[in-house]
Amino acid sequence: MSLSFTNQLIDLMAALLLLIAFAMLSQRRILRLIHLFAAQGLVLAVNTFIVAYAIARPELYISALITLVLKVIVLPWLLHRLIDRLNVRWDVETLINIPTTLLVGIVVVIIAFNLALPISHLAGTITRSTLGIAMASVLLSFLMMITRRKAVPQVIGFLAMENGLFFAATSATYGMPMVVELGIGLDVLVATFIFGIFFFQIRETFDSLDIHHLEKLKDK
Amino acid sequence: MNPGYFVSQLLQTLLAVFLAPLMLGWVNQCRAWLQNKSGPGLLQPYRLLLKLFLKDAVIAHNASWLFRLAPYVVFSGMVLAVSIVPVLATDLPFSPAADVIALVGLFATARVFMALAGMDIGTAFGSMGARREMLVASLAEPALLMVFFTPALISQSTALTTIVEALGHRELTLYPSMAFAAVAFLMVLLAENARIPVDNPATHLELTMIHEAMILEYSARHLALMEWAHAIKLMTYISIGIALFVPWGIAQAGDWAMMPLSVGVLIVKLALAGAGLAGLEMVSAKMRIFRVPEFLGMAFLLAVLGMLTHFLLEVNPT
Repeated sequence: MSLSFTNQLIDLMAALLLLIAFAMLSQRRILRLIHLFAAQGLVLAVNTFIVAYAIARPELYISALITLVLKVIVLPWLLHRLIDRLNVRWDVETLINIPTTLLVGIVVVIIAFNLALPISHLAGTITRSTLGIAMASVLLSFLMMITRRKAVPQVIGFLAMENGLFFAATSATYGMPMVVELGIGLDVLVATFIFGIFFFQIRETFDSLDIHHLEKLKDK
Repeated sequence: MNPGYFVSQLLQTLLAVFLAPLMLGWVNQCRAWLQNKSGPGLLQPYRLLLKLFLKDAVIAHNASWLFRLAPYVVFSGMVLAVSIVPVLATDLPFSPAADVIALVGLFATARVFMALAGMDIGTAFGSMGARREMLVASLAEPALLMVFFTPALISQSTALTTIVEALGHRELTLYPSMAFAAVAFLMVLLAENARIPVDNPATHLELTMIHEAMILEYSARHLALMEWAHAIKLMTYISIGIALFVPWGIAQAGDWAMMPLSVGVLIVKLALAGAGLAGLEMVSAKMRIFRVPEFLGMAFLLAVLGMLTHFLLEVNPT
């Protein structure tokens, strides 16, 4: 237990991230989901900031700033506007019920922790122990995408997965190269715009945001 | 054994038992303030207890000895439970005799007697309340045990005094796993003490009450003991929460000079906890009874997650 204080802070942030991932998995309402997504972005930004401070890498400060602006302010705001326009604040449908999803979630976490253990032995970064949590939150977001029936929670799951990947990159290799990171940030932003347009198209065609309707190939 | 130990034990138990109604009064007062009401005052629970103790008891004709016995069992169980928890200092002679698992067992014993007494009279409300209480309890108990296991793993002991010594008097370390345990503990606290998202302590509406339905048939001194035991239970839970998650300020064994300070710290912590509890109750709505298993399942999973993160982050892989 001879970890430094910054290390403990990073571990705490990782734990918070996992906590938020679980909260998202159990959440029924879209509005709360967006709030949780914003909170996850904030934790991510703070974590990146701490890592940047701990290993004195100025480019990580920029990365933290981008995370803060993009994932805490811009994307949640876009999503808010989207659900306002679509009028889907009370969406509650899941494919399997929530307790079962949570149980599956625990199994996913155990798998992720076991997978990450040998990898984090190899890594030399100060953040290596959080790799398991990063993988777990990626898989949990993936699980959320699978188990939700409506389009908006699926997109939030997608964005949360990107958060998890970003965290994995920070904990395994101190972040991606700047160019890659900027590219991904822009991609996510554009993807959200496109998803927004896509939602309207889906609703116009099927009168609902249920992805289920997309399985039919022809009009009968 | 050192007589100082027994003085400390006696002092802490008496303090917790007699402060418990005040704590309940404080929570109610905070709640009233938050609702823009003036509130009945901090001493209202004491007045209620006094009134009930002075009255004559009315007992149903078909009540058995179990019905009369239950309040005493419940009350003594709660007093025993609160005497295991270090409130002011960690020198408790009771503590080696009973660890956190025994504590959970004490809660269970009290609960079983309460449920049996609820069903003893044979009224519909009593048995309905008992059934619901058992539903909530059967889900809350494993969650509570799992919550205890995380700090037990950290401090390598299941005795609460050792846990407090380990967490509060070593150098400051952040335990991420305790964040999970804390959230899970809060959820269990709300469920076990019949607080708002699970049960409403102020209601006597048939469809929603859980705890109140069980003790509906009690009157006078029996009801007083039940109410008092309920207050002590809340106090015990909050003390456990303080001991596990904010143990700073609890005096070490034999450190009598620290005592006055730890009394002050304790009062500040209890006041904050009470206000926080009232605030939490204000912002949340009571959920449907069929959502409760989900709520407590979440608590259980979070507690398990806390243990997993303990193994991942805090046990050094090297």
